[in-house]
Amino acid sequence: MTTRHDNHRAIEVRGLRKSYGSQVVLDSIDLDVAEGTVFALLGPNGAGKTTTIHILSTLIPADEGEVQVAGFDVGRQADEVRRVIALTGQVSAVDEQFTGEENLRLMADLHHLGREPGRRQVADLLERFDLTEAAGKPASTYSGGMRRRLDLAMTLVGHPRIIFLDEPTSGLDPRSRRVMWQVIRDLVTDGVTVFLTTQFLEEADRLASRVALLDRGRVVAEGTPAELKRLVPGGSIRLEFAEASDLDQAASTLGEGSRDEDGLALELPHDGGIHDLRAVLDRLDAASVPVEALSVRSADLDDVFLSFTERTEAPEVPAP
Amino acid sequence: MTMLLSDSSTMLRRSLRRMRRYPSLTLFIAGIPVVLLLLFVYVFGGALGAGLGAGFGPPSDRQAYLAYLMPGILLLTVVSAAQGTAIAIAMDMSRGIVARFRTMAIAQASVLSGHVLGAVIQTVLASAVVVVVAVAIGFRPTTGPLSLLAAAALRLLVAFAVSWLSVALGMASDSVETASNLPMLLMLLLFLSSAFVPTATLPEPLRTFAEYQPVTPIVEALRALLFGAPLGTAGVVAVTWCLVIAAGGALWASRLYGRGPRPAR
Repeated sequence: MTTRHDNHRAIEVRGLRKSYGSQVVLDSIDLDVAEGTVFALLGPNGAGKTTTIHILSTLIPADEGEVQVAGFDVGRQADEVRRVIALTGQVSAVDEQFTGEENLRLMADLHHLGREPGRRQVADLLERFDLTEAAGKPASTYSGGMRRRLDLAMTLVGHPRIIFLDEPTSGLDPRSRRVMWQVIRDLVTDGVTVFLTTQFLEEADRLASRVALLDRGRVVAEGTPAELKRLVPGGSIRLEFAEASDLDQAASTLGEGSRDEDGLALELPHDGGIHDLRAVLDRLDAASVPVEALSVRSADLDDVFLSFTERTEAPEVPAP
Repeated sequence: MTMLLSDSSTMLRRSLRRMRRYPSLTLFIAGIPVVLLLLFVYVFGGALGAGLGAGFGPPSDRQAYLAYLMPGILLLTVVSAAQGTAIAIAMDMSRGIVARFRTMAIAQASVLSGHVLGAVIQTVLASAVVVVVAVAIGFRPTTGPLSLLAAAALRLLVAFAVSWLSVALGMASDSVETASNLPMLLMLLLFLSSAFVPTATLPEPLRTFAEYQPVTPIVEALRALLFGAPLGTAGVVAVTWCLVIAAGGALWASRLYGRGPRPAR
C-alpha cells in the first residue's frame, strides 16, 4: 500500500466545490468521517447529497478542494480508492436479466476472487441477506426490498472497507427498512465505515454517530444526532376553536403559544410527550374552554431545515 | 494488461449469457435481414435484376439480383445487430450497474469491450443464419476459398467498427428509446449506397454522396471478394473506413464513459 496520511480518518474533505455550468451544487464542503463509524449526510432533494457521494466514490471529479478517501486522493489515486470502497447508488445496480446468484458471481469475478473463495462468498452473502431461496430466479422477479438487499450484497463482495449508500432505505416498507438498518449496524460492528445519505431524520438518528445537514450545497450544521436535536425546535400542538372568544380565553389560560386569528387556532410548542399534552388539555378543561379540534405534529426534517436555513450563519456545534 | 483480459472475458461472458438467456434477440437480429432478403429477391428481384444489365452474375434476373444484393444484406445484419448493442448499452447506462462498475478497481475499458466483443459474436451468429437462408434460395459465391475468407474477415472488421460506433451511440442516447432509433441512420446510409441498386442509376447530388460514403466501398469490396468483380481501390478504402469508424467510435465511447453519470435532475 502506498502512502496513507491518517490511520483514523476514513474520509476527509476540505473545501469541496462542484458546479454544473452556472449552477453551484456544492459550495465549499468540509467533512470528516472516522474509521468504523456511520456518517449520515442529511438533506432534502437537490441539496447535493448524491453529487457528494458521486465525488467521494470517484464517479465524478471535484472542481476544487481536497478529497481523501482511506488516505488516497479521489482524483489522482482513483484506483487505490476504488480498491477499498463500494457504492450502492440510488438507482438499482442489479442486472435484472440475471439471477441473484449470477449477479453476485459477476461481482466475485470482477474482484478476481477465484473460483472457490468466490463461490463461498456468494453463498455466504445469499444466506446473510435471506436470498438463498430466490438465488436462482431472475432479479426482475424480485420485490423492491429483495432487490435492495441484492444490491447491497453485491456491494459487499470483496469486503470493501468503506461503503457509500445513497438513500439506502428510500422506497422500502418499514419492515425492509428495519432489516436494512440492522445490516448497516452489523457492518460497522465488523469495522466497516459507512457513509450514507438520507432524507429521514429518524434514520440518521438511529444509525449515525455523526450527521451533517446539507442544504443547497452547504453544510449548515454538523454534529452527533443528540447535538443536532438540541438545536432543533420540537413539535407543536395545534388547538382549534369555534369562537374568537374561546381562542382569547385559551390564550390567556395557557399564557403561551402563537395565535392564528384567521384559523381561530393556537399553536403551542410541544416536546412530543403525552404528559405535556394531557397537562394542556387539563388546564383548558379546568377553565371550561371548549376545544373544537386538536392536532399534534412532531419534529421532522422540515423543522430542522426551516430552522437552519432561516439563519444566515450556520450554527457551530462544538466538537464533543 | 492481464486485468484487462480477465475483466473483458468476465464482461464478455455477461454479454454471452444474456444472449443465451434471450435467444429471441439474436433471432430478431437475423430476422430483419432475412425478411428483407426474401422481399428484395422475390418481390423486386425480377425487375431490379433486369436493370442491372448484362454481364453480372447468373443468367436469371432474379438470381443476378440475389448475387448483387448479398453484400448489402450482410451489412444489414450488422446494422440490425448495432441496434441490439445500442439498446443493451443504453439499458446498462440507465441502471446503476455502470456506476457500480466505475467505482470498482477493474479495467474500465472492459465494460465497453465486453459489449463490443459480445456484439461481434452476435453479428457472426446472425450472419450465419442469413447466409444459410441465402444459400438455400440459390446464393452461390463464385470465387475461391481465399477470397471468401477475406470477405468474412472484412465482414468481421465491419462488425467490429460498427459495434464500437453503436456502443457510443447507445451511451450518447438519453433513453433506451432513442438508442433503439439511432442505428436506423445507418440503415439509411445503406440504402443511399450501391448496396441495393448501382449508384450510376441515382440522380446527381445523391450519386456523389453514395459513391463517397463508407458503405459503397465496403459493399463493392465484398462484391469483388464474393463474385470476382475487379477489386480496385475498394478494398483499401473499405478497410480504412472500418479502422476510422472503429477508432472514432471507441474514442467517443470512452469519452462518454469517462464523463460519468449525468447530474442529478
